[in-house]
Amino acid sequence: MTVTSVVKDPEALTMTVTAEYDVTADRAWRLWGDPRQLERWWGPPMFPATFVDHDLVVGGRATYYMTGPEGDRFPGYWDVLESEPPRLLVVHDGFLGDDGAPNDDMPRTVMRVEIADRPGGGVECTIASQFASAEAMQQLIAMGMEEGLRLAMGQIDAILAGTA
Amino acid sequence: MVVDQLSDADVDRLFHALADATRRDIVRRVLVGDESVSGLARHYPMSVTAVQKHVAVLEEAGLVERRRQGREQRVSGRPDALHRAHELLDAVEDLWRGRLERMADVLAADEAHRPHDHPNRTRGERP
Repeated sequence: MTVTSVVKDPEALTMTVTAEYDVTADRAWRLWGDPRQLERWWGPPMFPATFVDHDLVVGGRATYYMTGPEGDRFPGYWDVLESEPPRLLVVHDGFLGDDGAPNDDMPRTVMRVEIADRPGGGVECTIASQFASAEAMQQLIAMGMEEGLRLAMGQIDAILAGTA
Repeated sequence: MVVDQLSDADVDRLFHALADATRRDIVRRVLVGDESVSGLARHYPMSVTAVQKHVAVLEEAGLVERRRQGREQRVSGRPDALHRAHELLDAVEDLWRGRLERMADVLAADEAHRPHDHPNRTRGERP
């Protein structure tokens, strides 16, 4: 796997990553289309994701929660805006409240996934995250820091476990 | 929070400041808008003095700044919005780089489970 580009545009509030994989488009789509596959990569190592619902048709919804090291849960959802397997998936990615309904106080992002065949074989996956507003970004900054801290803690734990 | 521009001591202070749930919550609130210390204290089951100590730790780490306004101390987040936007996008980048790597791991692990599809591949390379 090679990350071929990362484009950050603060004015447009978007971040786009592109990576190449030496597999078919159908195989790459299964990373998203099969909830058991998704669970193996969506959450950071210390915060594995469990998908409860997973209906990737236009108008469908996927729901999931990530479980922290202390058993605390962070529920989220995708509302599917566009779905053209194995090429395109566009969702609203947001947070769920304790009642299981979308928490509108929390910012949501638009996530766009495109899978294209490469001329020499394999696929190029492009994933774009777009934030709704600067205010939504501001709210997410604090959470991003928290996530960054968790990731750092997870890495430190992993290093310690590896040298023990 | 551009980590590679900070000294080890700065990073220690930053991580220490962010390692507490109340302090993370204070940062989240003051990034959205200024708050007084007494206003912040109303959100937590602790004294104004205890909240003041948390704010001092955050200020030390450069995450917030305090200024006196009349009899009140106002707390605001730092730094400017565009810089924060860069930071957030950096955090989002890290998140996605992690995911892209884990995707590659999933693909590689599945391939290793099906050695018959790849007769020329050396086996036993999985970690």
